[in-house]
Amino acid sequence: MLAPWCERATTDPAVASLGAPAIDWWMRRFPDTVRNGSLVVAQPRDAADLARFAQRTERFEAIGAERIAELEPDLASRYHRALFFPDEAHLDPRRALAALVDGLARQGVAVRFGIDLSPDAAPGDVVVDCRGFAARDALQDLRGVRGEMVMVRCLDVALTRPVRMLHPRIPLYVVPRGDGLFMIGATMIESERQGGASVRSTVELLNAAFALHPAFGEAEVVELGADLRPAFAANLPQVRREGRVLRANGLFRHGFLLAPALARKVADAVFDPTVSLEMTDADIPERRCA
Amino acid sequence: MLFYGVDLSSRLMLGTARYPSPAVLTEAIKASGAGVVTVSLRRESGSERAGQSFWSLVRSLGVRVLPNTAGCHSVKEAVTTAHMARELFDTTWIKLEVIGDSDTLQPDVFGLVEAARILSDDGFDVLPYTTEDLVVAERLVEAGCRVLMPWGAPIGSARGLNNVYGLRSLRAHFPDIPLVVDAGLGVPSHAAAAMELGYDAVLLNTAVAEAGDPVGMARAFALAVEAGRAAFLARPMEPRDMAVPSTPVIGKAALGD
Repeated sequence: MLAPWCERATTDPAVASLGAPAIDWWMRRFPDTVRNGSLVVAQPRDAADLARFAQRTERFEAIGAERIAELEPDLASRYHRALFFPDEAHLDPRRALAALVDGLARQGVAVRFGIDLSPDAAPGDVVVDCRGFAARDALQDLRGVRGEMVMVRCLDVALTRPVRMLHPRIPLYVVPRGDGLFMIGATMIESERQGGASVRSTVELLNAAFALHPAFGEAEVVELGADLRPAFAANLPQVRREGRVLRANGLFRHGFLLAPALARKVADAVFDPTVSLEMTDADIPERRCA
Repeated sequence: MLFYGVDLSSRLMLGTARYPSPAVLTEAIKASGAGVVTVSLRRESGSERAGQSFWSLVRSLGVRVLPNTAGCHSVKEAVTTAHMARELFDTTWIKLEVIGDSDTLQPDVFGLVEAARILSDDGFDVLPYTTEDLVVAERLVEAGCRVLMPWGAPIGSARGLNNVYGLRSLRAHFPDIPLVVDAGLGVPSHAAAAMELGYDAVLLNTAVAEAGDPVGMARAFALAVEAGRAAFLARPMEPRDMAVPSTPVIGKAALGD
């Protein structure tokens, strides 16, 4: 999801300021990026959560049942209030990465997979180490935050944009990937356990999807995914220079949203060794209010 | 204020979940002056020490860590988690939660008493998250608990003190047991109200972590706890039905009926 304004509800304001330009960036490089907005709903008993979400975010329309039905007919009559963020977008991350690789190849850049190579031993004047959590050997303050997701196929529900459902225990989002595929995500656990999705997380995610729309009860589970998000203490990315190695890391759960800004910073640092590596203004007043 | 023989200087205890980032959590704890922070051990993390990065960060704050059994729905699960916590954090303190209902997070008081007995017999210092029910409280004390932590309202509900009468009764019945209002507080006035009842401390998480400004809210709660405690020690006047004039009325032309 490319949802900088929704993310403002729970993240540092820098996520929105750095992430907003990413939507245009991805649309230029991956034409299948869909800018169709995103929708935030809550069950009636969680109405307070919707109000709180609205207080903390911006660039949305508070909409009622009629407009919800226009935007997502399959949610008609299920929700009577929602927040619509019209400027947000979504993409299929795997296809987007493949498009980037193709674009690099067209420019003569060799992309190799499955190479066992230490960044410090790599040839070249400058090495960019962007290994994510695998770079923990070089970044001791990097921590892993476990995330789990479920991919389902459901032909009985049609959504045209990501839908977030607020819930005190299991907030979730459902992102349509086309052809009846939906990504349901995602847990966020302060754990570095690697391995498959837990039964508890899977049950919670699927329960929440069922609550969003009962037709998900008949969906086919296509994939269970789990991995570690790399994060620094402020949950914001950083670029660090160690000799000829530039280490870019800490994208947390905002990989596609913040990667363009992080890449821009890395590029600046490659060509100008004196450039500041700070990603954000140090004194954003709302910082502590994230 | 002594909890299991440990002198605690702050009457505010904070949870460590749901903050926007560990950096904000760190600043909030500093601003609160909290002397005790609770940390959750999900079983899947504890079994492989997979939460070490986050726990190390919490330990580095220099405050006493009170591990909890949040998310445990059975006696066995809670006891297992408590043992992991003792090993991981090198403490006999455990905030004992046995959840009876997933939606309300209401404690399973039957399982709670059973788990408290098992853990107390095993040398733990148990701080049970319970309701304001007097009989349950008595059973917990019989089981070995020397601190009780009744809820103000359901976890995360921000409703404040749902049953002031019950909390007041509990305080009166257990004058020598440290009592902590745990859960349900939303704004600093809720904390002040609990302290004015004579409670020894308050424990909260969501009210700070999910505030628009967690650091500012942590500071506000610290002030409220201090104010509430000071008010309790100053012995507040009792409410009454009729007005009491603060200036002499003799010599006035007439007095009303």
